[in-house]
Amino acid sequence: MRIEGLGKRRYWTAIMLSAAVAVVVLLLSPLVGPTKIDLGRVLANQAPDYQVFVMLRVPRVLLAMLAGGSLALAGAVFQSLLRDALATPYTLGVSSGASLGAVTAICLGWQRVGNLPAVWASALCGAGLVMVLVLGIAGIGQRTSSFMLLLAGIAINSMCSAMILFVNSMAGFSQSFSILRWMMGGIDAVDYSTLGWLLLLIAPAAGIVIWRGLAWNLMAVGEEWAAARGVSVKPLLLTGYIAASVLTAPVTAVTGPIGFVGLIVPHALRMRIGADHRVLLPCSFLLGAAFLAVCDAVGRVVLAPADLPVGIITALLGGPFFIWLLRTRWKGAWL
Amino acid sequence: MSARFELRGVGMHYGPAEVLRGVDLVVEPPRLTAIVGPNGAGKSTLLGIMAGLRHGFNGDCLFDGRDIRAWKRPDLARRVSFVPQAARIEFPFTAEEVVLMGRAPHAAGLFESARDREAAYDAMDLTGTLELRCRDFRSLSGGEQQRIILAAALAQDPRALLLDEPMTFLDIHYQVTLYRTLRTLCDRGVLVIAVTHDLNLAAAYAQRVIMLNRGDVVADGPPAEAFAPERLRAVFDVPAELLTAPDGRHWIRYAD
Repeated sequence: MRIEGLGKRRYWTAIMLSAAVAVVVLLLSPLVGPTKIDLGRVLANQAPDYQVFVMLRVPRVLLAMLAGGSLALAGAVFQSLLRDALATPYTLGVSSGASLGAVTAICLGWQRVGNLPAVWASALCGAGLVMVLVLGIAGIGQRTSSFMLLLAGIAINSMCSAMILFVNSMAGFSQSFSILRWMMGGIDAVDYSTLGWLLLLIAPAAGIVIWRGLAWNLMAVGEEWAAARGVSVKPLLLTGYIAASVLTAPVTAVTGPIGFVGLIVPHALRMRIGADHRVLLPCSFLLGAAFLAVCDAVGRVVLAPADLPVGIITALLGGPFFIWLLRTRWKGAWL
Repeated sequence: MSARFELRGVGMHYGPAEVLRGVDLVVEPPRLTAIVGPNGAGKSTLLGIMAGLRHGFNGDCLFDGRDIRAWKRPDLARRVSFVPQAARIEFPFTAEEVVLMGRAPHAAGLFESARDREAAYDAMDLTGTLELRCRDFRSLSGGEQQRIILAAALAQDPRALLLDEPMTFLDIHYQVTLYRTLRTLCDRGVLVIAVTHDLNLAAAYAQRVIMLNRGDVVADGPPAEAFAPERLRAVFDVPAELLTAPDGRHWIRYAD
């Protein structure tokens, strides 16, 4: 009998398998869609296959993967930080802040802010504002705890939701439709420069949280537990909250809120590979990316030529999962 | 290898409630020290202050001559480990993973070293939890969980081990085993301080008893002295007598 710990073999097996799944999805899902793509014509640079593939499908798949990876990773971090397996990237209000920004921009008819579409810029500002407010309420003073973060986040979250409803009630019919469409969340083709700045924001935030995997294990047990084992709790809480918000806000600004990725992926992974955040976090990113790209590919073809918003697909898959999750929780608690 | 706590005039308020009042203490090895007292006496607060987990207290708490608040967290965690009453874990960590968390302050990289695995093995061996190592922590009984938490603290390889009610859920076999384990650690030079409600185990195994009542230290000495019947009556409000077994150990008999 011996203690195994996290062996290098187990670690790399889990990561390489997840990466392999992500790569397969990255290679195959651009081929899925209402128009059939002939790879030979793409490679020969022939219209329209080449244009559809390079300008529409590939950026769309990349955006889905960035969004799915970020949301799953942020979900896993928030779950550890709040010690709640049901926390999501949206629990603390980042997405309602982004939505409020977007909805305001739609309602006021703003078109562009600098190089960015006004909806994105305004959503980013909204999410940033929520982040600053939550940090201001929970982060200042001695008594910063995940519970304070949760209370501040939930209060801001419900205020933003109320204001979204208010703005919506002031909006005209066509604006109201745009607002509804935005709130559903969806992946559209974007240009490569957008993917570039998204990656620039996401990569460092992802790196920071994945690097602190060991500390997240301790935090997932308790703040006192972590503190007694050498973790400086307040800096870790603040870093985690900021990094997870930076993972969530930019993709939410571009795609709108997409539910359930941040809930399903980390939870399913915990059941397969355990709760160790050193493995859980990188695998959540890779498999979250694959999951959302697959959902989006499904959305492209189930009602083709209509394009179903990916939020519908994730929620239709996620809803039953959520219920099942609640059921098994009950069983675990009582039997 | 030393470990020494020195408290000077330590006081603590929770709002208007004063839970500790001017506590002066020096605690050092080798004696196994028990902190006892009725509910709300300030035992857990005192232990939390010594573990560096409660801030905002008055007075000075020094560990190895340095203010507990001035220690860097990882440095302190390599020397002092704290055993909470219980841990509620939401996620599917295995017992072994929980014990290995005790090695976090010693971590030198992403993976556990051979030394880390060895320390975890010894700690689980000592607490009789090796066969539980692959079980989901949440599926364990209260007593098993408590032994795993203790193993996590032992794996930390501390010079000072602070325990808060470590045997609430333990059956009598493991209560006695735990006290024997603590005595063994004391003999190896580890400073052991346990907050406990079980006066009889404290009377039988502790070599020094610190009794708190409403934030004051009301007794500090060997069990025979601290558990004087008139003091038990005054502090706990129960008539009791202290009996001595032929082997010199004490136990307390409560009257109706």
